[in-house]
Amino acid sequence: MSLRKLASTAGAALLLLTANAVSAQDLQVKQWASACANCHGTNGKAVGAAPALAGQPAAELIKKMAAYKAGAVPVTIMHQIAKGYTDAQIEAMAAFFAAQK
Amino acid sequence: MKRRQFINSIGAGAGLTALGLSAGCATVGGGSKGKVVVIGGGFSGATAAKYIRMWSEGAIAVTLVEPNPMFVSCPISNLVLGGVKQMADITTSYDNLKGRHGIQMVRDTVVAVDTAKRTVTLAGGSTLPYDRLIVSPGIDFMYDKIPGLNNADAQSKVMHAWKAGAQTATLRKQLEAMPDGGVFAMSVPLGPYRCPPGPYERACQIAGYFKREKPRSKVVLFDANKDVVSKGKLFKKAWADHYSGYIDYRPNHKVIDVDVQTKTLKFDFNDDMKANVLNVIPEMRAGTIARTAGLATLDNRWCEVDFLTFESKAQKNVHVLGDSIQGAPGMPKSGHMANQHGKTCAAAVVAMMTGQEVPSSPVYANTCYSFVTADEVVHVASVHSYDVEKKTMLAVKGAGGLTPEANKLEGVYAMNWAQNIWSDMLA
Repeated sequence: MSLRKLASTAGAALLLLTANAVSAQDLQVKQWASACANCHGTNGKAVGAAPALAGQPAAELIKKMAAYKAGAVPVTIMHQIAKGYTDAQIEAMAAFFAAQK
Repeated sequence: MKRRQFINSIGAGAGLTALGLSAGCATVGGGSKGKVVVIGGGFSGATAAKYIRMWSEGAIAVTLVEPNPMFVSCPISNLVLGGVKQMADITTSYDNLKGRHGIQMVRDTVVAVDTAKRTVTLAGGSTLPYDRLIVSPGIDFMYDKIPGLNNADAQSKVMHAWKAGAQTATLRKQLEAMPDGGVFAMSVPLGPYRCPPGPYERACQIAGYFKREKPRSKVVLFDANKDVVSKGKLFKKAWADHYSGYIDYRPNHKVIDVDVQTKTLKFDFNDDMKANVLNVIPEMRAGTIARTAGLATLDNRWCEVDFLTFESKAQKNVHVLGDSIQGAPGMPKSGHMANQHGKTCAAAVVAMMTGQEVPSSPVYANTCYSFVTADEVVHVASVHSYDVEKKTMLAVKGAGGLTPEANKLEGVYAMNWAQNIWSDMLA
């Protein structure tokens, strides 16, 4: 839906003004970040052996993903996963996890 | 239930903070933005239900209709068959979906969908209204292609154990009762079927059990496909390294009938095979309700969906997830993939029901671990990204891949995966 179409309905326009409505950008980032949950827990709060992502500094996560992408560190699977994401996606996801308390 | 009552009922408000949930998210009911009904509490349905509640901050009411009292996981169930894990290890309660996420749990089966009135009818007789419906019933078996198994009595004797639960427990008992020196014969259907590497992992786990406890017994694996469907080299190496003399693999063997009385498998071109324990995995199609609701648009077998929203190509306001869908290229029918469907659909449903723009660039991964021994594991992984031009999910080139060699570290990660995905859908 285009922004203009969205704003054309009164109900939707009201929503845009509502403080707690999350933006489309947020839902997109949440969708990307939620893919990590299968091994790293919902919102990055891991319950098992894999490291938690929640609350990690964004710069740290970005650095790690770049190293996985470059094949610079020996890992079992993350080098294969990291290559599937663009730098912009990784930055957005890192910011999401950094913000999880 | 009032919010205060709810917080008291789970013990402490601090628990909510620790779990990262807002109180609004956990309030039972809610629903100022409408009502979603989810059919089926498996990897996709339970995940979608939980994430719609989380991401709408309780503004969308969710009812989950599931006939089983507890969730029993197919992943890791082959280890139960091999005696390495117990049923309790793969069983999880649905209680947190209600208690923490305010999802209304209905233990029943949906028998009809009225897309005009937007209601579903339960086997118990009552109806539930919905604004959006999520259909995630998993798979059904095409017993009509195996005449000897096309009745309830035969099906109570020859297990598929391809839906974890009572079938898993019964097949394990049959294996335990089998005398040493016996033959366990299992069949793999033509694809697409749920969990492509699953049959080969099962062969490993049951051969491992025989090697430990019934060393004169063997597994005969009849595959309707022309070769091992997934992780072929890795499984064949495991069979050679660990199960020489225990696994007899026979490709191009399609089961066309079963004589339950004499425990005999019949094939299209090959000689009959008698065994002590049979495990027949029939061909599959979308779960019954997906087909009777007119959603199985591809050969009345699989449901085609829009990969941005998982909305059915046949019905508005109805979404289909998990093993019931016609997957995108390179997208396996796996629990991991189903969980990703659930979250992608949840984001779209929340966007549509709260007047936001639907996320237009979904990306998610598939990771599939298989245990080749009690503690050594191999994986296959892929990353899938939405292609605007082709309007489907495509595997990202250069990403994904296989384990070079079975190893114990990934055995730890495989169990970590199971714990986290179960938690992601149910905790």
